[in-house]
Amino acid sequence: MKTNRAVRSPGGLSVRLDVRTLVVVVLLLVAALAASVVLIGTGDFEIPAADVLRTLFGEGNASQEFIVNELRLPRVLVGLLVGASLGLGGALFQAISRNPLGSPDVLGLGQGATAGALTMIVLFSGGATQVTLGALMGGLVTGLGIYLLAWKQGVHGYRLVLVGIGMSAIVTAINGYLLTRADIVDAARAVVWMTGSLDGRDWNQVWPLLALCAVLVPLVLANGRGLRMMEMGDDISYALGVRVERVRMLLLVAAVLLTAAATAAAGPVSFVALTAPQLARRLTRSPGPNLLPSLCMGAALLVTADWISQRAFGADQLPVGVVTGVLGGVYLLWLLVTERKAGRI
Amino acid sequence: MSAGAGTRSGLNNQRSIVNRLSAENVTLAYDQRVIAEKLSVEIPDNSFTVIVGPNACGKSTLLRALSRMLKPSQGRVLLDGEVIQSMPAKQVARTLGLLPQSSIAPDGITVADLVGRGRYPHQGLLRQWSTEDERVVQESMAQTGVAELADRYVDELSGGQRQRVWIAMALAQQTPLLLLDEPTTYLDIQHQIDVLDLCAELHEEQGRTLVAVLHDLNHAARYATHLIALRGGEVIAEGAPNDIVTSELVEEVFGLRCQVIDDPETGTPLVVPAARKARGRGAAEPEKVAAEAS
Repeated sequence: MKTNRAVRSPGGLSVRLDVRTLVVVVLLLVAALAASVVLIGTGDFEIPAADVLRTLFGEGNASQEFIVNELRLPRVLVGLLVGASLGLGGALFQAISRNPLGSPDVLGLGQGATAGALTMIVLFSGGATQVTLGALMGGLVTGLGIYLLAWKQGVHGYRLVLVGIGMSAIVTAINGYLLTRADIVDAARAVVWMTGSLDGRDWNQVWPLLALCAVLVPLVLANGRGLRMMEMGDDISYALGVRVERVRMLLLVAAVLLTAAATAAAGPVSFVALTAPQLARRLTRSPGPNLLPSLCMGAALLVTADWISQRAFGADQLPVGVVTGVLGGVYLLWLLVTERKAGRI
Repeated sequence: MSAGAGTRSGLNNQRSIVNRLSAENVTLAYDQRVIAEKLSVEIPDNSFTVIVGPNACGKSTLLRALSRMLKPSQGRVLLDGEVIQSMPAKQVARTLGLLPQSSIAPDGITVADLVGRGRYPHQGLLRQWSTEDERVVQESMAQTGVAELADRYVDELSGGQRQRVWIAMALAQQTPLLLLDEPTTYLDIQHQIDVLDLCAELHEEQGRTLVAVLHDLNHAARYATHLIALRGGEVIAEGAPNDIVTSELVEEVFGLRCQVIDDPETGTPLVVPAARKARGRGAAEPEKVAAEAS
């Protein structure tokens, strides 16, 4: 029952570890990496897992090396990073809004990024880089809009969710309008983008995402303790010495950036941000925002969903967003039913 | 001259003693709605100060200002001679604790974990759980009588137990000053007395300075060593309950005609409202007082 352990150094430093959480994190990481290896081996040219590993460590033959390192590894890395960003971003949003529905999917950040991408595709016929930048801008502008509209002496949970839903509706309408303006080629491109796909991702997508995660993840985790206090309400966390507004602002910006960047890289992969934190929490059975478990869960979920989509329908047939959408949608319904039974909504 | 005015000037003469926590000429407002103007309050060190007053008189607002939840639009709140807003957040949190009226116990949290969160201001990124933290948490739970509940989930507890757990959390903060916003609301009479006894114990045995907002004037008169009576954002009287609680004061502050007799148990003032017929119609506007939310 009691799984909290403190690790102390003679110098008076101490770290508090929840054993169960630690085990969950390690298992999820192993699962994500194992799924990645299998995923790299999957495709028109099947490679056994042992060969994949050998190639990754630089001992494969030339053809395997090309397929693994140039074609499939970047795609899987983008998948891992996108999943991790969405998982972490979702956990942040849900913790800040104190509401499992306060996830970027519901708040319309994905739609906002889509609007940015569609603008680039439809109005400017932009290339991949412009589309990515457009998605990033769209996500950021939407995030800023939600924040400004929901802000009144601090962002409050339900207001944030309700404003987000309104924002989402508006942006969805804009997206619909943009699609009707598109010619058939652009429209097809736009629709594929909108489903969320990892198809054809290369190293150019990996580096910026990796750099962003390298900055934001430590920053977010360092502020996680403050966020954990904020679960109990603003007043009490303020009384405990948490700079509530500052922590919230910082983490909201980080969450918007993570979500927007993930969306820019892979399209609006739906429901990972909603489900990952909830699943992680159920595994760790630990109160608190469960930031690291959510991150690992997001990565594992996305890579697994990508593998399922390739296995079930052949390589590149089904965008990963469809799989996460189906899985996540079922989960959302289940969540709504149980929350309703528990009398919370 | 009313009893209130007399004690007021009496206190002003003592101004040379510097107390740890005070508000100087503060104007308190939410957005444009002004609750109090040029309000000055001293919290005597080592006192159990209770703030009383009718609904919407600004007592919770004053408590929020004293605990730096609300920034005064004018004037300043001083803690140990420094403006409280300009002090580092964790330093304030190690000196002054606050138990707000409503807090959310996170889903699936145990009593020990919740009490442990009170250690936050003493911790850092690399000092997350010292042996001292462990000791203080055990001690706080023992003091509030929730030690045997340590591994229970907070959601499963009764209202009285839950309030004790929150007080334990505030105690774990180890602050010499502790502010409590209506700690007895929503509790039945037995648990109200239970919580107040606990407060008195913390004050007497540990020498902590306590400031509480209470609704029940008789509880206030029995437990407080220093009483502050507010009405419309103004201090009407302050001092020891025995010195200031009179029927005139109660009528002035609450608009209620009453008798003040000696509490047969403690000898402190006991307010007995006059019978309805004796009060006459419209004297106290009882419906209005009852309808207003605090």
